[in-house]
Amino acid sequence: MVMLEKRPNPSRFWTAATPVLAVVLTMIAGGVMFAILGKNPLEAIRTIFWDPLFGEFAWYFRGQLLVKAGPLILIAVGLSLGFRAGIWNIGAEGQYIMGAIFGAAVGLAFYPMEAWFIFPLMVIAGAFGGWLWAMIPAVLRTRFRTNEILVSLLLVYVAQSILSSMALGALRNPEGGGFPGSRNLSQYPSAANGELIAGSGMHWGVVAAFIAVIAAYVLLQRHILGFHIRLAGQAPRAARFAGVSPNRLVLLCMGISGALAGLAGLFEVSGPAGQISIDFASGYGFTAIIVAFLGRLNPVGILLAGLLMALTYIGGENASTNLGLPSASIQAFQGMLLFFLLAVDLLSNYRLRLSNRETA
Amino acid sequence: MTTGDLLRVEGLTKAYPGVVANSDVSFAIKPGEVHALLGENGAGKSTLVKMIYGLVRPDHGRMLLRGAEYAPAEPRAARASGVAMVFQHFSLFEALNVAENVALGMENPPKLRELAGKIRQVSQDYGLPLDPSRMVGDLSAGERQRVEIIRCLLQDPKLLIMDEPTSVLTPQEVEILFQTLRQLSAEGTAILYISHKLEEIRALCDEATILRRGKVVATCTPRDRSAREMAELMVGTVLTPPARSGTAKGAVALEVAGLTVDSPIPFGTSLKNVSFKVQRGEVLGIAGVAGNGQDELLLALSGELRSGVDAVQIAGVGMGTAGPNERRRAGLVSAPEERLGHAAAPDMSLVENALLSGDTRKGLTRHGFIDWGKTRAFAEEIVKEFDVRTPGTWVAARALSGGNLQKFVVGRELSQAPSVIVINQPTWGVDASAAAAIRQAILDRAAEGAAVVVISQDLDELLEIADRFAALNEGRLSAPRPVQGLTIDEIGLMMGGAHGMEVAHGHA
Repeated sequence: MVMLEKRPNPSRFWTAATPVLAVVLTMIAGGVMFAILGKNPLEAIRTIFWDPLFGEFAWYFRGQLLVKAGPLILIAVGLSLGFRAGIWNIGAEGQYIMGAIFGAAVGLAFYPMEAWFIFPLMVIAGAFGGWLWAMIPAVLRTRFRTNEILVSLLLVYVAQSILSSMALGALRNPEGGGFPGSRNLSQYPSAANGELIAGSGMHWGVVAAFIAVIAAYVLLQRHILGFHIRLAGQAPRAARFAGVSPNRLVLLCMGISGALAGLAGLFEVSGPAGQISIDFASGYGFTAIIVAFLGRLNPVGILLAGLLMALTYIGGENASTNLGLPSASIQAFQGMLLFFLLAVDLLSNYRLRLSNRETA
Repeated sequence: MTTGDLLRVEGLTKAYPGVVANSDVSFAIKPGEVHALLGENGAGKSTLVKMIYGLVRPDHGRMLLRGAEYAPAEPRAARASGVAMVFQHFSLFEALNVAENVALGMENPPKLRELAGKIRQVSQDYGLPLDPSRMVGDLSAGERQRVEIIRCLLQDPKLLIMDEPTSVLTPQEVEILFQTLRQLSAEGTAILYISHKLEEIRALCDEATILRRGKVVATCTPRDRSAREMAELMVGTVLTPPARSGTAKGAVALEVAGLTVDSPIPFGTSLKNVSFKVQRGEVLGIAGVAGNGQDELLLALSGELRSGVDAVQIAGVGMGTAGPNERRRAGLVSAPEERLGHAAAPDMSLVENALLSGDTRKGLTRHGFIDWGKTRAFAEEIVKEFDVRTPGTWVAARALSGGNLQKFVVGRELSQAPSVIVINQPTWGVDASAAAAIRQAILDRAAEGAAVVVISQDLDELLEIADRFAALNEGRLSAPRPVQGLTIDEIGLMMGGAHGMEVAHGHA
């Protein structure tokens, strides 16, 4: 019989090795799934993981990699702080949408004026929009002890409705011939978040993501606030003994994750997406949850996990167009990644022991 | 083989990874005998009785019950053979009543009304008054123990195992329990009594088996030996009681005035108008049966539970609304009872745990940025000064043994040059030599001028180190009295007497 035995100290080796093992297991199980769907599994895996990086059109896809990974990393870094403290913001998608709306609205309000301060103002507005949306579940939790998981999640659907109404109403392009959607911000120089280096996919959102990774790393490793976040997640009573106020921590963590999600939304709407439209929300806020866990809630891990997840997005899209794989199978593939990660996760705190049926 | 033994244990051995809990343990119990199993924490008493009760399988050795091979695969089998056990930690549901709790532990429970009748009958027969319809959440610790005992007695056991039964009782309640146990023994039920309280064992037990590091080191007849002799057999060395120097008392460092707070713990005990003063250089001992407000008092003093401003005054300044770190800044340090999860974060290293409460007074951060070098040095200083046995300060707190972690946690607080020290259960679950070291360290700080409040359920400990003594009973604190000249009876009455049980054995 296989038994689990708790390790006295978490294993450093397995903490680092489990994400790799999870990726390998996902490839195997995904390959089986693709085979059942009647596709060559090796070709499918190669299309997803290899071609975007080293294939014929890699010059294009490598840029796309940063475009996709940027918002994922930015949102996931914010979420990871809360997750570490046991504060579950599941509604980053809503905060992402609200950041985009607030930021875009500020930019559009100045149209067609050209000035250097417009884009910085939009950045502030975007962060504020996300922060504000995250404050709703945070304040409800601290005041009325509501569950932030439910409230933040349900607010996503509210945000999506606001998005549709904005695209159809207040922010609709008056010169758009009645089509839904705002003016294209990427064609409005003072508000555009363009590529910083042509062809690299690098835009301000990617820069912000890198800064967030570094800042979160320093916060968690070197700052007492980061220590209190980790402490609150691991041992809530010990955190109170250390003088941490649980309510303050909820407001702080929800606020940071909301603001970062809002920033991601703003950089997206002013760059790659270009405009507020009905289908602006693309699920980054939800995928970022997977990214956060895949990266073991560690900023550097999240950086790598965000790039990996972006790769499966791009590769998955290619696989569905080139090989005719259903897009649901790509989502299942991404789901497997999280599943295997969580499943092998316990190896870092437990060791497997083969034993006879003697119980202890 | 001797005939007439009820239970005979021969060469039992049980090893866990890294530690041999029991090595070649043998002893025998006769019907009606009260047999003590004596040893320090970690000596292997619990593992041994778990094997007898079918919770753990031995690696080697065998057991004979009434001459027949006995190898219970699970507690149910042990109960069917007439072996019952009262655990140190109760397994009761607070939101259910007594009869429902008893029914949950039975194989084929009768109708509740019938069961309630049986409970009344047994409780009368054995002098353990208990109302079957009362909610367990409302019962005192002593009454909860009675629920567990009655649950066992309903099975009509031949061997009753009791694990540290008196740690939750007042002296008067202990006497009542002993009368019940003597009655059971006179009726032929053998009792295996686990304890490290030597005077109790001398008063109650016929035979004693002494364990040290998993081995039987001696057997003796407790009545013929002094407590000191048995203690030295148990520890294996000669014990020196802590030395104390008569220090002059200074100004009042901690004053608690009319402290009334609701318990944040479900089924906890609210504090009701608690008042006391502690001077510099003085040790105030606060006794009480578990669950009478000790945890709440610690929380209210540490700052985790807020009260009125002037209910808690440190050096004359009202601090009742201040948080833990403000109180630390004012000179008050505290050590909660629960080491893992409250005083220390289990999965964090000792360095991180040193930062947990050491930050404010040791200046381990600058502008919020942690000085890990300084923190590591602080952790190493604690490890060195308090003789914490660990491979290094990088080790997770949960990897340390209870005694070592306790030395670390207490050491962390005492190393911060405090003016007020509050400790709940300083030596709970700690071996005798570590306990002596901790008590000595507390007395040393008092000699240096700190005001100390020690909350403990161990009366011997309090009498050893305290200058004045008070007791918590249902959230109220008795007026503190000097320890000198106090009798055990008076202490018992301060702790709430027998909680209305004085008549229990009136007819006997």
